[in-house]
Amino acid sequence: MSQAGLAARAAGRASRNALTGTRIRERRTVMGIRQADLARTVGISPSYLNLIEHNRRRIGGKLLVDLAAALGVDVSALTHGAESELLDQLSEAAVADAEIAAEMERVEEFVGRFPGWAQLIAHQRRQMARLQRQVDAMADRLSHDPALSGVLHDLLSKVTAIQSTATILAETGDLDREWQDKFIANLSDDSRDLAARSASLVGYLDGSADSELTLASPQEDLEAYLGRTGFHIAELEEGGDGLDAALEAAAPALGSQAAHALAAAHFRRYRADAERMPLRPLRALVAEKGPDPAAVASAFSADLDAAMRRLAAIPPEPGAPAAGLVICDGSGALLLRKPTEGFLIPRFGTGCVYWPLYQALGQPGRAICEPVMQPGAADRSCIAYAVCTPVPPLVFDTHQTLQATMLVVPETLARDPAPAPPVDVGASCSTCPAEACAARREASVLRGVF
Amino acid sequence: MHHHVLLLEDEPNIIEAIRFILSRDGWQVSCHSDGATAVDTVTRLEPDVVVLDVMLPNRNGFDILRDLRAQRATASLPVLMLTAKGQAKDRERAEDLGVSAFMTKPFANAEVIERLRSLVGA
Repeated sequence: MSQAGLAARAAGRASRNALTGTRIRERRTVMGIRQADLARTVGISPSYLNLIEHNRRRIGGKLLVDLAAALGVDVSALTHGAESELLDQLSEAAVADAEIAAEMERVEEFVGRFPGWAQLIAHQRRQMARLQRQVDAMADRLSHDPALSGVLHDLLSKVTAIQSTATILAETGDLDREWQDKFIANLSDDSRDLAARSASLVGYLDGSADSELTLASPQEDLEAYLGRTGFHIAELEEGGDGLDAALEAAAPALGSQAAHALAAAHFRRYRADAERMPLRPLRALVAEKGPDPAAVASAFSADLDAAMRRLAAIPPEPGAPAAGLVICDGSGALLLRKPTEGFLIPRFGTGCVYWPLYQALGQPGRAICEPVMQPGAADRSCIAYAVCTPVPPLVFDTHQTLQATMLVVPETLARDPAPAPPVDVGASCSTCPAEACAARREASVLRGVF
Repeated sequence: MHHHVLLLEDEPNIIEAIRFILSRDGWQVSCHSDGATAVDTVTRLEPDVVVLDVMLPNRNGFDILRDLRAQRATASLPVLMLTAKGQAKDRERAEDLGVSAFMTKPFANAEVIERLRSLVGA
């Protein structure tokens, strides 16, 4: 153990002695014994007992036994309080991160004044230690499982964020209230997320076939699979074996029944789109007119949203980017995310309110075509096509909801020049540097970057 | 003079924490989260040092490092790569591509500052 670690542990022991003095004082007060009387009983001066009770003198041996007898308790009741285990855990945390130089001589005060925070640190310490053991044990497996490697990287990123944030809170003496609140909120969010991810990871590693726990949400499972196929499902194209074959091919990547159900719904719609707009003539049309949803919809007598989905399912030419696709429901929640070059889509939550997707959602029946550019895209603009349609198709006397679809075509793929200068849009508020945005929902972590 | 560090990372709360500690240590900090446009951003911002996460949306850190080393302007730019603990193969791959230094997640705040100071000779 390092010198700093030994020092921290010694400070923890000293603190334990300090607690003993406090317990003697509490016990004496409860029993209604005057300090002078107790001192006389055990044969020491009142001033010396006063120093012990205020944790300014270490105590042990016969004197401790005499005091315990005079107070009618076991010695252990004076030396091991309910918070002893907590103090041990905090000492272990300090030893594990000795370079932080936590104030171990004040650990008792910390536990006494902030018991909830102390419990939180101890809890996170246990979680981090457990996760660290898992990481070490899985190192070999990781090198053979890229998907698991990605999940572990995400998990370690969360641990890193928690550790960095906790260190700032613990070490920054002059942290103002706004930053304190922000970091505490981050800590809370990350802790919850870490707990959920670690539970999913354990479920995955246990290999329980019946478990609904997966490494990602059902939607993320489906999107990860579609990402590997380029959102193109060969089994559902001309000459393919159909829905069962597509589901069978996807099955190993789908971690839960919910993911299977999502995939089945997606594949059924894909097959219907492919039957109306077969790949060969569709490719010929795109080669002639470019990835234009209006031209595709017109040529195949299809709806605009179906044409957009179909264009996003065409395998790209070698070296060329593929079109992106975003679908959201009436609440704005993203149902499908296919990113493309120059257009970042957040993995969690909703996107930028200025995306044409959301404009279309607010104007059902209006088809929107708008050039857009995200900050940091280095002049890589995209053409965004968006439309909102009722789901299911309108019928009498049934509840309807809306679904908006947006095709994102990198400018390099577009046949015609953009109809207007691109509109600045973000990905999500947390990663958007636009400070004066009227639609901002939360502060950006990229302030002043661009 | 403030040294300029560009943080290529997509975990918002890591960005926020690292930005905070580096800013208090006197660094000028820029951040970028999209792998597809990371090389363009490095070229445009001309930082003194780059912190590069191995996994970014749309493009991984290895491809970004390869492109940086292929450009004359960024061929010798100090790059500190963030990898996950236990990924020895990642380190070997990044070394082959010319990375300047590594840090494994989870890392301590003090380690970030120390490594970056070392890379820029501060």
